[in-house]
Amino acid sequence: MDARKKKRKVLLMGKSGSGKSSMRSIIFSNYVAKDVRRLGATIDVEHSHVKFMGNLTLNLWDCGGQDAFMETYLASQRGNIFSDVAVLIYVFDIESREVDRDLDTYNAVIEALREFSPNAYVFCLVHKMDLIQAEHRQRIYDERSSLIRSRSEHFRVDTFGSSIWDQSLYKAWAGIVHKLIPNLTVIERFLSAFAKKIDAEEVILFERSTFLTVTSVSSEIGDLNPIYDRHERLSNIMKAFKHCAARNTLTTPASAGFVVMHTKTPQFNIFLGRFTDNTYIFLVVPPGEAAYNCAVLNTMLAREGFSKAAASGRSDGFPLPPPETPDDGASNGVNLGF
Amino acid sequence: MAFRHIRRSLSIELIKKNRMSKPYPYTRSDSSRSEAQLSLENILQGATPGAVSAHSRAILEPSVKPRDAKPRLLLMGLRRSGKSSIASVVFHKMPPNETLFLESTTRIQKDSIHSFMDFQVWDFPGQLEYLEPSFDLEDIFGSLGALVWVIDAQDDYLDSVARLNRTILTVQQYYPGINIEVFIHKVDALSEEYRQDAYQDIVQRITDELNDCGYENAPVHFYLTSIYDYSVFEAFSKVIQKLIPNLSTLENLITTLGNNCGFEKTYLFDVLSKIYIASDTRPVDMASYEMCSDYIDVIVDISELYSWDHPLRKAKGEQMQEAESHVVLHDDTMLHLMEMNKYLCLVSVIRNPEAREKKGLIDMNCRTFQEALNDVFSRSWEREEDQTT
Repeated sequence: MDARKKKRKVLLMGKSGSGKSSMRSIIFSNYVAKDVRRLGATIDVEHSHVKFMGNLTLNLWDCGGQDAFMETYLASQRGNIFSDVAVLIYVFDIESREVDRDLDTYNAVIEALREFSPNAYVFCLVHKMDLIQAEHRQRIYDERSSLIRSRSEHFRVDTFGSSIWDQSLYKAWAGIVHKLIPNLTVIERFLSAFAKKIDAEEVILFERSTFLTVTSVSSEIGDLNPIYDRHERLSNIMKAFKHCAARNTLTTPASAGFVVMHTKTPQFNIFLGRFTDNTYIFLVVPPGEAAYNCAVLNTMLAREGFSKAAASGRSDGFPLPPPETPDDGASNGVNLGF
Repeated sequence: MAFRHIRRSLSIELIKKNRMSKPYPYTRSDSSRSEAQLSLENILQGATPGAVSAHSRAILEPSVKPRDAKPRLLLMGLRRSGKSSIASVVFHKMPPNETLFLESTTRIQKDSIHSFMDFQVWDFPGQLEYLEPSFDLEDIFGSLGALVWVIDAQDDYLDSVARLNRTILTVQQYYPGINIEVFIHKVDALSEEYRQDAYQDIVQRITDELNDCGYENAPVHFYLTSIYDYSVFEAFSKVIQKLIPNLSTLENLITTLGNNCGFEKTYLFDVLSKIYIASDTRPVDMASYEMCSDYIDVIVDISELYSWDHPLRKAKGEQMQEAESHVVLHDDTMLHLMEMNKYLCLVSVIRNPEAREKKGLIDMNCRTFQEALNDVFSRSWEREEDQTT
């Protein structure tokens, strides 16, 4: 039972050529956008186990989208494919000329899903948005997503417009993995308490290898930030830099990474560092040398608390001790020092 | 081990220089400022050998002309050789793949670049016959800093080379001080071997022709460039560096700083164009240049996300006015970035394992460098003002 729970089955479906494998490669296999043209067509189903946050394994089924495959999924393979699904990600190509036919196929998939795993989450990505002129994007996306909703039966569907050429891809996938992480509320409770303690404007947790936003909290002031897509943009910026670092230090992108980054400017201070084995923490605090150093020290102390908790056996999902977190004591200790 | 001496050698050295010129201790009061800077100028000039200062004077000459103090860069070449694309990518941050959609240039595009040093970039339409008598040569080539000639290496370049030779010979008669920079462009599509062949061939043809016309040792330099990698930035950096009057001073300062702090490589970047205007005297390798240049991008992009203004955003204490940032990568390489003034920032690659503990010293040395740098720049500005009054 427990093993089953940890392996979440994620189905990636959509018409052939809609970009399923491309985005999978970018998010999970460290491809850059222009490399994906090398990918060939996916034959049948490609299974991959993606480690996310260490011990959450996504069991990703990338289903080739050619019509012949689609038919077998819906007929002879039906039970095999659609049972135990945690998440269905369905990709629509915005440039498709046969919208009605796409929607019919989608509806058939939804029917099958309702039959075998009625509790699955459904995400629909309207992909290749970069091909639409900027001024029409929102309108066309809205039309398309309402069409999709009308064909989704009882499932509550989240739709995202996405493109591999900008940060929208990260927004979509961050939304998806956000739904998959166990005990997320515990993590969020901890983070907001922590952010309050160190007076941070914003605290973001990024997954280590994909740089997807796991979760974030922001203070009242941090909420006023006019840039809404900043988390995705950060993912994009940092991942691009990771690729650059890998290229120039002659390693693979998978093994490249940051140990720590400090940035101090007159408007804000930022700290990026490893938090747990699988996450980076990203702190935004107001300027002020002493306050900043204090925040960094507190983060280090909180991290120690985490690793201790992890060592003592509470290692499922996020190694998090129960509500009386060690950061309380730790940060008090440091604050007293100042 | 090098770190122990950092503080003494660099900061004291600079302070000592100031002390020598002034009997009283080093203070930055406004009344004594110009005197201190003037004497610093003397010292720094004195420190560089005569040959170097003569070199910098020669470069200064065009910009000293009273008519137009801004040095000018001319982008020339046959049509569709990529002049406008270069200008857009380097000076307007256009992504390289979007340059496909640039219209062809029909008139001279004049771009003023306001940065650490003001200069103009003139983008010439390829089909313009500027050597005809109806064009005023003085208007085009007077007060010129450098002529950048772009050759499309994927195309048949014989025409372009012939035309360049004609241009050089004409310009040379009237304005012998002009630097001629030849960009052998669009080399991204050529194989390594073919690239070298084309380079050799073009260099040979141009120097032969010029020699035949009795013009030897022409100030012509060649670069292999492409907008799809960093080579065009690197080439432009070299071009701009020749226009900077204080280059040798800057290089000396950076080398001193780098030696004392154990930096592997240090660049002084213009933040907007990501051209480096000076670096230490160690050889430039593309890897470190690329990383430093991308790191600037990271900081600029992040700043864009978090530099919003709101009355409720308050500082929680004292902090330096200039931005400072460093990152430690997986292989313990440290990149260190410090804002020098509005336009410039200093980026260094540090591979010395002791660097992480000595971060404070490094910061302090960089601040000292910053003071020296701003002195160097304010000095040349003051001199210009003296001339006009």
